[in-house]
Amino acid sequence: MRLLPSRRDPSLDFDPTQPLVATGNLRRRNAVSRVIQGLAVAAAIGAVAVLVIVVWAVVSHGAEAISWEFITTGAPNGVGPDLVGTGIIVGIATLIATPIGVLIALFLTEYAGRRTTRPVQIMLDVLNGMPSIIIAVFIYILIVARTHKESGLAGAIALSIIMVPLIARGTQEVLNLVPKPQREAADALGVARWRSVLTIILPAAMAGIITSTLLSIARAAGETAPLLLISSLFTDTTFQLNPLEALPNVPVRIFQLSEEANPEGFTKAWGLSLILIAIILTLGLGSRALLNRSKRKMTR
Amino acid sequence: MSATPPAGSASLKLARSNRQSDSRKRADRVGDITLRLICTAAALLAAVVLILIAKEVFEGAQPAFSKYGFSFLTSHEWAPPLEKFGGEGLIFGTLITSAMALLIGAPVAISIAVFLALLAPVGVRNVISPLVEMLAAVPSVILGFWGVLILGPVLANNVEPFLHDNFGFIPLFGAPQTTGSSIFNAGLILTIMVIPIIASVSRDLFMAVPRELQDGAAALGSTRWEVIRGVVLPSTFSGLIAACLLGLGRALGEAIAVSQVIGGATESHISLFKTGGTLASIIALQFPSAVSALHTASLYYCAALLLVIGVTANLLASWVGYRFSNAGAVAR
Repeated sequence: MRLLPSRRDPSLDFDPTQPLVATGNLRRRNAVSRVIQGLAVAAAIGAVAVLVIVVWAVVSHGAEAISWEFITTGAPNGVGPDLVGTGIIVGIATLIATPIGVLIALFLTEYAGRRTTRPVQIMLDVLNGMPSIIIAVFIYILIVARTHKESGLAGAIALSIIMVPLIARGTQEVLNLVPKPQREAADALGVARWRSVLTIILPAAMAGIITSTLLSIARAAGETAPLLLISSLFTDTTFQLNPLEALPNVPVRIFQLSEEANPEGFTKAWGLSLILIAIILTLGLGSRALLNRSKRKMTR
Repeated sequence: MSATPPAGSASLKLARSNRQSDSRKRADRVGDITLRLICTAAALLAAVVLILIAKEVFEGAQPAFSKYGFSFLTSHEWAPPLEKFGGEGLIFGTLITSAMALLIGAPVAISIAVFLALLAPVGVRNVISPLVEMLAAVPSVILGFWGVLILGPVLANNVEPFLHDNFGFIPLFGAPQTTGSSIFNAGLILTIMVIPIIASVSRDLFMAVPRELQDGAAALGSTRWEVIRGVVLPSTFSGLIAACLLGLGRALGEAIAVSQVIGGATESHISLFKTGGTLASIIALQFPSAVSALHTASLYYCAALLLVIGVTANLLASWVGYRFSNAGAVAR
């Protein structure tokens, strides 16, 4: 009798007439699954909570600093020159970076062969992952150390190095979305390549180019490391407009105020942070919404 | 060309004019070549900038390199007034803060990605995804400022004493300091910075896992977690590694936020609750006020080290990612 399998073997317990009910094992597996799903939800809630806590701290502390005088006058009471300086630096950086970024994207989608695409892509990835402090050091050696002068223009060039890979990547993505039939139609009609690029492909991708430029502006506006090395010896009691001099700017001012243990300075830094974060989040969310809309339009 | 007419009519007009004169053909040839040249030049410019970055930084580091050689990596004395520079403490600080960021950040970020890509209803996903990406958009200087004023006191008064009292036998949890500036604080700030990067890359990876594979596993009786563990995670494994390497690159190179919260020390020690320094943060803190040429050169040396480590992490990430996408194409 011992040769027969014991009656405890569950496979012999199986009775097809019984309704399917979770055994202890399945109940355990379901419990494990549910616990882990719960952890995943908790992680997502945690990330959003951190965002809310940070933004709330900035808003609640910064709101009391914000006033008309704060935005329009210079130091010691206001931050007007910093805002204008950041505008000038980021503006010049955008003017430099956008054409270069778009041209690199065009090179990748229109002209690069199979063998050149990948090295250029890797190059963009490396440039994109390059710590901004290294770009800062690079521009310092290349320009500031040679001219013996900090300048907003040098800062703008550093920021443009950070922006180019972002713009190129975003533009490349939309250029790839331009419907193939449009290109083929142009080719079939005997339109020269450069004309079809300028009059058909680029206009179709325009919304995407603008949104990726806005996203890169959002990134550049908050970059502190390059400007700390390249445009930090400024006077911000009056408005500075000459990009060949060091320009006052928002991120460096926040950094400097946060390094001084001075409660009044902290309030100013919170106010500046609020303005900066409001601009960046508006740019980021707005451009993302625009991008989604234009992508939907193009893929339809 | 007149301004920019709508696409369709433009191509028609162009086509009609196409069988015109030789001068037009010549113009087209010149235009084609010019545009191709400009585009190629832009791509070359990017390459030149990359090479120039490496060249200038290494040249700048030359004086420090010829003075210290590789002993820079093992000496921990950093005393600018005495002209003594050793980077061991900084390298250690860089590694320990980045490791902390990855050890905490990667599991959390991958969980977030699992939630966003596989568990959340579309409506919830469309709200949470942009919020997580907004976390990446918060400028580091603001995060660092928040870390000094808000996070620091909480850590110094509550978290660090708690960890020290209960887990003090682990040498990492040494005696807390009162200021709130610590390696621990820097690690947490870096965690906050790497989470959105890893989360958004891994979310895209998870979304690309073929639906049929997951449904097949579910049809065989797998629970949701078993589908994730058995199908989703293995098929995206190398992509997840690449995502973590990207996060690592970001954590290693972050200068501003870390320099605000880490306290600016340069010696190496094992306790997380003391002040410290990283390769990137020391540049941000000391470069504007460098006292001597050798001091500046030593900071360039730090930048060169950072450049090598950062570029390696990025190349590794793109290599792993490339192999992954190729393997995926073969499997399908």
